[in-house]
Amino acid sequence: MTSLAHHLPALQVIVPMLSAPLVMLLKPRGLARAAATATSLFAFAIAIAMTTGVLDGNTYTYRMGSWPAPYGIELGVDRFSALLLLIVTGASSFALLAGRRSVDADIDESRQPLFYAAWLLALAGLSGIPVAADAFNIFVFMEISSLASYVIIAGGSDRRALPAVFKYLIMGTIGATFYLIGIGLIYLMTGTLNLADMELRIHEVADQAPILVAAGFITVGLALKAALFPLHVWLPNSYTYAPNTVTVFLAACSTKVSLYLLLRFDFFVFQGNLAGHDIQFAYFLMPLAVLAILVASGVALFEQNVKRLLAYSSIAQVGYILLGASFVTVAGLTASTVHLFNHALAKGALFLAVSCLATQCVGLRLAGLGGLARQMPWTSAALVVAGFSLIGIPGTAGFISKWYLITAALEQGSLGIALVVVLVISSLMAVAYIWRIVESLYFGEPGGDISAVREAPMTMLIVTWVAVLANLYFGLAPELPVTLASSAAETLLEHLP
Amino acid sequence: MELLGLVYYWAFAILLMIGFYAVIAKSNLIKKLIGLSIFQAAVFLLYITMGKVDGGTAPILQDGVSLYSTPLPQVLILTAIVVGISTTALGLGIVVRIKEEYGSIEEDEIQERDRQ
Repeated sequence: MTSLAHHLPALQVIVPMLSAPLVMLLKPRGLARAAATATSLFAFAIAIAMTTGVLDGNTYTYRMGSWPAPYGIELGVDRFSALLLLIVTGASSFALLAGRRSVDADIDESRQPLFYAAWLLALAGLSGIPVAADAFNIFVFMEISSLASYVIIAGGSDRRALPAVFKYLIMGTIGATFYLIGIGLIYLMTGTLNLADMELRIHEVADQAPILVAAGFITVGLALKAALFPLHVWLPNSYTYAPNTVTVFLAACSTKVSLYLLLRFDFFVFQGNLAGHDIQFAYFLMPLAVLAILVASGVALFEQNVKRLLAYSSIAQVGYILLGASFVTVAGLTASTVHLFNHALAKGALFLAVSCLATQCVGLRLAGLGGLARQMPWTSAALVVAGFSLIGIPGTAGFISKWYLITAALEQGSLGIALVVVLVISSLMAVAYIWRIVESLYFGEPGGDISAVREAPMTMLIVTWVAVLANLYFGLAPELPVTLASSAAETLLEHLP
Repeated sequence: MELLGLVYYWAFAILLMIGFYAVIAKSNLIKKLIGLSIFQAAVFLLYITMGKVDGGTAPILQDGVSLYSTPLPQVLILTAIVVGISTTALGLGIVVRIKEEYGSIEEDEIQERDRQ
């Protein structure tokens, strides 16, 4: 059993990656979906097993082919990466379990095996980034996940997804290439790609200018991938016109993985070695984070399409996560890491509820939702509770991260008070835009005859409600994300002088 | 020597900016992809340049030679070239689909048709 546990970091990536070509061959009806769901659940189980492992105080290190690091390729899982693996594999599993109706509606049956194969490749890439301990492997996993995500976003029947995904492809590739330039410059100066080794050797570099340039390229490249304002323009249309199931999966985890990488790279490699980098980091990210929170929430207030509204709210949430990180304190990093997890829960549950709505309401415009709550009480209630979690009402997961964020902000003195004001304003804006959905669902006038509208299929409702209840559970018993996040924050800050 | 050594880095920077300009300024989707390819090719050049060690020979063990160029950047860039090709291929695939659906590959015309 110990020997199997030793291989878990490698299996986390290899299982979905090798299942992908097999799934592609499964032509008979429904088999591909079943196999993809089983693979995703298996990956989720591996992530849970490793989370219990790291909670017991283990860290996983795996040497590919037994070659010692820094010459061989190393995989590693600590508490921070375990949290991310939980988000990624969990989001994929929930989305696949609930996704049958949505995928059938959007994708030809003959193409479904290809769609599920691309999905598994996206899963493999996204779970590869937290697992890898080598900068170049991270780049390769990033590109695997991006290429596969472009395919599944464009896989639907909505033609507007195509220009959206083209924009995403261009911007995503620029982001990834910036990252590649950054690690190239570091390699030039240090001769290593292993993150732990890099951290030691940057210390010995006499001329820090190339390292500083590398830090700039990597930060901007990953900010592009993470949809930090004003580099977010690829996100709203991609999320809106993607098949609903894909939106559940990607909205819950794809920007989170880039944010994870941004934090890990910056704190692991740069913060301890570049003089004054913590101040540069704060001055660069804090204004952008504040703008992201205010501008994106403001746009969400006026959006007419439910998915676009939630997509803009995602951009605001990226702002929250980076705002916490820009404090460069244990409290701030804990807040942003907890919010990584809680936002994935809230947004995942919201988009699951939206995909339930989409079974009955084509187009998902706010005006078309009028009075649907009478016909779809369970879906509407799920939307309301998940919306509470996004706003941060006490008792939900969202409250925990807002609480940590405000505590961390108050440590910053008078600037902190201004930031708390920003947080309160943006929470009020969240109340307003969630209210717009609730208002049309419960109090809106039906646009036409809605007596034929039925509640969403039972499996979708069950999965959605499990996600919603998870929001409540982690709001009342937040030990798991908070423990993982606070030790992640401590590991990140260990490298500071 | 100093200047000659730096020429390759200048070429990297200039190619990078040419590619980046095409991606931003052109509204034709194919031209955008060409720009993206130039942009990526510039980075390949950066990696290959840094692998060369002054006076170093090809990394094959032989008697009487102690200075070798490092082969690792070439291996890395081989992977990056594969990634670049896949991205371009997928991008072109999407452009073909856009042409089928919208009948145009000009960005402004596509936006125009979505508004209708």
